[in-house]
Amino acid sequence: MDIVILSRLQFALTTIYHWLFVPLTLGLGWFVAFFQTRYYQTKDETWHKMAKFWGKLFLINFAIGVVTGIVQEFQFGMNWSQYSRYVGDIFGAPLAVEALVAFFMESTFLGIWIFGEGRVSEKVHLASIWLAALGSNLSALWILLANGFMQAPPANSYVFNAVKGRLELVNFFALIGNPKGWIFFWHTISDGVAMAAFLILAVSAYHIVRKQNLDFFKRSFSIASVAGLVAGVLIFLGGHTMGQYMREVQPMKLAALEAMWKTEQPASFSLLTIGDLSGKKEVWSIRIPYAMSFLSCNNFSCEVKGVDELQADAVQKYGPGDYVPLMVVTYWTFRIMMAFGFVMIAFSAFFVWANMRGDITNAKWMKWVPWVLILPYLANASGWILTEMGRQPWIVYGLLKVQDAVSPNLTPVDLLISLIGYTAVYGSLAVAMVYLMKKYAIAGPDAAMHESVDAAPMHVGSQD
Amino acid sequence: MSYEFLQILWFILIAVLWIGFFFLEGFDFGVGMLLPFLGKKDEERRAIINSIGSVWDGNEVWLLTAGGATFAAFPEWYATMFSGFYLALFLLLIGLIIRGVSFEYRSKDANPAWRNRFDWMIATGSFLAALLLGAAFANLARGVPINADKMFTGNLFTLLNPYGLLGGLTTVAIFLLHGANFLGLKLEGELRKRVNVFAKKLWIGATVLYIALGVFTYVAGFWSRGIVNPGIVPIAAVAALLVAGYFVNRKMEGWAFIMVALNIVLTQVTFFSMTFPNVMLSTTNPDWSLTIYNASSSQYTLTVMSIIALIFVPIVLAYQGWTYYMFRKRISADKNTLVY
Repeated sequence: MDIVILSRLQFALTTIYHWLFVPLTLGLGWFVAFFQTRYYQTKDETWHKMAKFWGKLFLINFAIGVVTGIVQEFQFGMNWSQYSRYVGDIFGAPLAVEALVAFFMESTFLGIWIFGEGRVSEKVHLASIWLAALGSNLSALWILLANGFMQAPPANSYVFNAVKGRLELVNFFALIGNPKGWIFFWHTISDGVAMAAFLILAVSAYHIVRKQNLDFFKRSFSIASVAGLVAGVLIFLGGHTMGQYMREVQPMKLAALEAMWKTEQPASFSLLTIGDLSGKKEVWSIRIPYAMSFLSCNNFSCEVKGVDELQADAVQKYGPGDYVPLMVVTYWTFRIMMAFGFVMIAFSAFFVWANMRGDITNAKWMKWVPWVLILPYLANASGWILTEMGRQPWIVYGLLKVQDAVSPNLTPVDLLISLIGYTAVYGSLAVAMVYLMKKYAIAGPDAAMHESVDAAPMHVGSQD
Repeated sequence: MSYEFLQILWFILIAVLWIGFFFLEGFDFGVGMLLPFLGKKDEERRAIINSIGSVWDGNEVWLLTAGGATFAAFPEWYATMFSGFYLALFLLLIGLIIRGVSFEYRSKDANPAWRNRFDWMIATGSFLAALLLGAAFANLARGVPINADKMFTGNLFTLLNPYGLLGGLTTVAIFLLHGANFLGLKLEGELRKRVNVFAKKLWIGATVLYIALGVFTYVAGFWSRGIVNPGIVPIAAVAALLVAGYFVNRKMEGWAFIMVALNIVLTQVTFFSMTFPNVMLSTTNPDWSLTIYNASSSQYTLTVMSIIALIFVPIVLAYQGWTYYMFRKRISADKNTLVY
């Protein structure tokens, strides 16, 4: 097997898996911090329980996000050593800053929050959860600025050093001021809030249907529905901004996510397109006129370039090669992400409206609400697959191809060992995590005040 | 600031990050390895975990920062070492993953089999991580096959040479002793007595292995290849370990802890000074070694990173130190006072 394919497969596995847990960490931290602040202000015990209960779920999820994150920090060097040599001068800096500024903050203050209740003052305990949440979100900022460079390297941030055969940083502020990174950040942290809101909605609905802890769960439900709505709109605005920026910096990705072969002016948006078997030609489609022009430049008449023209341009610029991403992936992940995003906005709007109209305790639809949890997970994964696959064949857009970035000293056997190893370990972790999440979510807030939801712990090891 | 000054500065900063990591996570790893052997009852195991509960994650960030800083300041070093030590680092990552998750998950279910399994995962993960880090550093001291294109040309078995294995085992032994001393400081009652007995035995093993490693290093001539003579530093490291034995036997855990910590720090100082200015020595041809000069980032990047480090390192040190101060009290294996 080819080491490029295996390395890509492993990167996809480890990164998609990592990303199943991170959005919840990013968003749920803010909720826990908010609940604890309300408790601090009002001394209302329900707020206290809310911080504890949602905090427990936060920690079960956090553990996996953090350990799979270590792999992320190492695998650029392990699997993509030529990439690391070529752009390390630029890409290494935000990664180092992420560890120094964000990871230390997140881990240290979370440690204080978990073990500090009753040992540190209430004020310090409250500050520690805010700082932990801030730390997580700052780490998102730095890694997204790093990823922003891979997607759309700002022209004034780097030069090519011919002697060393690598790119070098010449303007740090251009690197960290990269609009792509900041739009990503906006899109991502609002996505984190939506993810957390939908977890809270799903778990609360489960308990509301069973009429358990109604004050606790209705309060959680109404806060989450408002947060979900606001976050959903922010995600949409972030995505919309991203589309317009993409037209300037990654036109090929834009065309590929639309499966648009021919340049159009004004451009229509495809609701459903079927391509032929080669994937190079459109066979049939339903389209909304003008919509694509609106999505990518906020007016109804602009030109959006098609894949064929962009491919011809790329060949002229970079030499012969295939510069078109795998369109069946970009096209469908984009649609899944967008459709689920809109459904999430619609659902949260409905929940807010229903809540304002009257008591939701006996609502007939409530028993279906736990299923909404699947929406953010699929939307999140699709979004990242789209953004990374849409950049192909480039690892750094227009500067370095994926095939030239891999570690050349690795053998297929090395990669098979690690790929199988990660799959087995990650798979087992997922089983343990889902088991615990479910158990604690169902056990409810009173159990979260204790060590574990089970009866008194039995002895472990030899008895004496 | 001149380019060379920055390259030396970043070599020192990365050395400091590794030293901080070995000193801090060293006792974490030791505590993790001791867990199933030292803790007989569930509360005891929980007390042992709680001794590092609030700090182990922060300690581990020293490793991530060392990795990130190496990437930013010496991309060629990062690329060659991480791709070259591929399977060893993969196992290290697996060790860190199973260990980290287990700290959080072991008490979340009351089933003894569940807890026991996670306790052993903590021990195994800590052992794997300590062994592999020790072996990796020993191989850096010994030199590894690197070609003219700065590419590692060996495989996992290249790293499993006697010196590498001895380095790995010595690291495990020293970390066990370091962890036992730390637990002596944090626990009380029956558990504390038990860990004191452990520490005495561990000291003997650690000292024998450490001296063997020192003799091997000297006889094989591994420490005279750089331009800095570590001089008295390794002798002081041995002395610190011997003095630690005295305190271990007198159950003076505080001093024993300081002495082993000193040994770890001085060992790392020895390692980095005998390496300098090489960062990865090539056994294929010394001219193909990676040095701070041919592996570093540009002057501009090093300058930017220096400014950032100057601002944030003191802040991080301040709040991490403050955490240790805040959680300085001893932990009793009493069910009513344990935090989960």
